Amino acid sequence: MSYYCDKYVITEKKTLAKEIYSFTVSCPEAAHAAHVGQFANIAADGFTLRRPISICGIDREKGTLRFVFEVRGKGTAEIARANEGDTLDILGPLGNGFRIPEGKKIIVVGGGIGVPPMLGISAKTGALCTAILGFRSYDKVILDDEFRANDSNTIVCTEDGSVGVKGFVTVPLAEELAKGETEAVFACGPEAMIKAVIKLCEEHNVPCQVSLEQRMGCGVGACVVCSCLTVRNGKEYYSRVCKDGPVFNAEEVRFNG
Amino acid sequence: MADLSVRIAGVEFPNPVIAASGTYGNGECYTELYPLSRLGGVSCKGMTIEPKMGNVPPRIAETPSGILNSVGLQNIGVHGFVEYYLPTLKEEGNVIIANVAGAVLDDYIAAAEVLDASDVDMIELNISCPNVKAGGATWGVTKEGAAAVTHAVRKATKKPLIVKLTPNVTDITEIARAVEAEGADSISLINTLLGMRIDINSRRPILHNNVGGLSGPAVFPVAVRMVWQCYKAVHIPIIGMGGISTWEDAVEMILAGASAVQIGTAIFKDPYSPLKVIDGLSEYMDKNGIRSVSELVGQVKPW
Ligand SMILES: Cc1cc2nc3c(=O)[nH]c(=O)nc-3n(C[C@H](O)[C@H](O)[C@H](O)COP(=O)(O)OP(=O)(O)OC[C@H]3O[C@@H](n4cnc5c(N)ncnc54)[C@H](O)[C@@H]3O)c2cc1C
Ligand SMILES: Cc1cc2nc3c(=O)[nH]c(=O)nc-3n(C[C@H](O)[C@H](O)[C@H](O)COP(=O)(O)O)c2cc1C
Ligand code: FES
Repeated sequence: MSYYCDKYVITEKKTLAKEIYSFTVSCPEAAHAAHVGQFANIAADGFTLRRPISICGIDREKGTLRFVFEVRGKGTAEIARANEGDTLDILGPLGNGFRIPEGKKIIVVGGGIGVPPMLGISAKTGALCTAILGFRSYDKVILDDEFRANDSNTIVCTEDGSVGVKGFVTVPLAEELAKGETEAVFACGPEAMIKAVIKLCEEHNVPCQVSLEQRMGCGVGACVVCSCLTVRNGKEYYSRVCKDGPVFNAEEVRFNG
Repeated sequence: MADLSVRIAGVEFPNPVIAASGTYGNGECYTELYPLSRLGGVSCKGMTIEPKMGNVPPRIAETPSGILNSVGLQNIGVHGFVEYYLPTLKEEGNVIIANVAGAVLDDYIAAAEVLDASDVDMIELNISCPNVKAGGATWGVTKEGAAAVTHAVRKATKKPLIVKLTPNVTDITEIARAVEAEGADSISLINTLLGMRIDINSRRPILHNNVGGLSGPAVFPVAVRMVWQCYKAVHIPIIGMGGISTWEDAVEMILAGASAVQIGTAIFKDPYSPLKVIDGLSEYMDKNGIRSVSELVGQVKPW
């Protein structure tokens, strides 16, 4: 797994929703090395730490990576100021991506800003993919058209019912899993959502991979600040979200630490 | 071309730029970008005699021009280090420094004995980590504590011994003198300054450990001041660190009295920063007709 660190030109900037931006960046080496589910650590001018942002799209032919992120604080606000033609200071691709089975029916579950890393799975699996995408309300809905363009069976949920299914992603997920056709589930989103998804997958005995978030320093495994409690062979230990993750098998993850 | 090599406690460094403990893993994480041999040395992740799990996350918070961390010395233990990391480090790197921490004297002694029998080039004694309730700060904040641990480890190893000082003290020079008197070959400073951040909405500290160590550019002037004070107080060489992010910072630290520098937090934003410091220092020396780093050490002209 190789990664790069350089300033790369932004070839396209789009506003997807209020305070949610899509940046496409020309970075041929990084694009070539990238896998679905990996992330990049993006520098924000004037801040000591980079900001981890998932890779939303990989185009090896064009040599581009795409990032979709929401302005959550001062660092992401600074990054969002960049325009087409400006450069983005990227360290990546980093971490372990999703392990996607070939030719099998799968479900991806994305919650809010956890939706972007799921788009790459949909791009790879197309009609074999059911995408369950949860948002707070209609004005936060992003990327659903792109999942549909991949021929994925796309179900949008909003908490207030302003568009799509009213309620949480777990309702359609339970229905889909009950059909008994799903070979794997992939999830990224708020912790409460991930926990609920894992529980449903356990009940239906379907393997699940989750992408986790933690505050990071280096992003490359050097500083061990980004820990998440995991268990292997009955022993609990802290894994590094940046290097051992961000994608983990659901059964490895412990949330109470 | 200027000669960047420096000699500390009889150990030859090809250049005076060292990766700081806890920020560079065990040298394995940045080899995708450049070989470890570009650095003068690497101070490895702080290690203890037994493996340690570390503190509950979150372990990092950003601050104005810096960060707080509360890793709590997560490490695989001295034996794991010697077995898994040291062979590669010796092959790929220059000076390999083992950073050692402990909760009780016997921990320090046991770790030092294991390292004494290994291939590490130097031992850096961390008596200053503010994260571990049982150890760390308690040793380094009094001259008696600092002297006791230095004395014990000095007896346990013949390896060149660096003692790393904590800035969380009233008078750092008395600690520096105490460890010099007990046989330290060098001192390194500063470790992190104890700090805290609070989320005003949840009213929770951002770090699960509540408090953590401040590093990065925010601490740089404090570090320069302490290195300068220690330079005047002891005769052993000083390794200066704390907030260095540019070659100008490194020159400033050397002028204050450092024979070599360590860089930590700056690497998170710019992994190439140690190399930029080496190149910038070299150019500065050429431009000013300085042939050896030693001509600069402590050469500040105080008012
Ligand atoms: C592996 C990974 C992938 C991510 N992918 C995306 C993505 O594709 N799109 C997106 O919008 N967001 C993503 N995030 C979340 C994003 O990193 C944070 O929203 C962002 O760091 C907030 O920075 P800020 O300066 O705006 O906020 P501030 O709150 O001002 O940040 C202060 C500090 O806390 C850190 N921080 C705050 N929130 C988070 C968080 N949720 N996770 C990690 N660090 C945080 C910041 O990095 C910074 O160091 C991802 C996080 C991780 C760990
Ligand atoms: C995440 C992190 C972990 C650290 N771990 C250690 C450690 O294990 N042992 C130690 O002596 N110092 C440790 N330090 C302190 C650094 O080595 C250094 O003294 C300090 O960060 C100041 O330098 P800087 O501002 O260049 O980072 C750590 C610092 C950081 C940021
Ligand atoms: S962020 Fe440094 S180890 Fe993960």
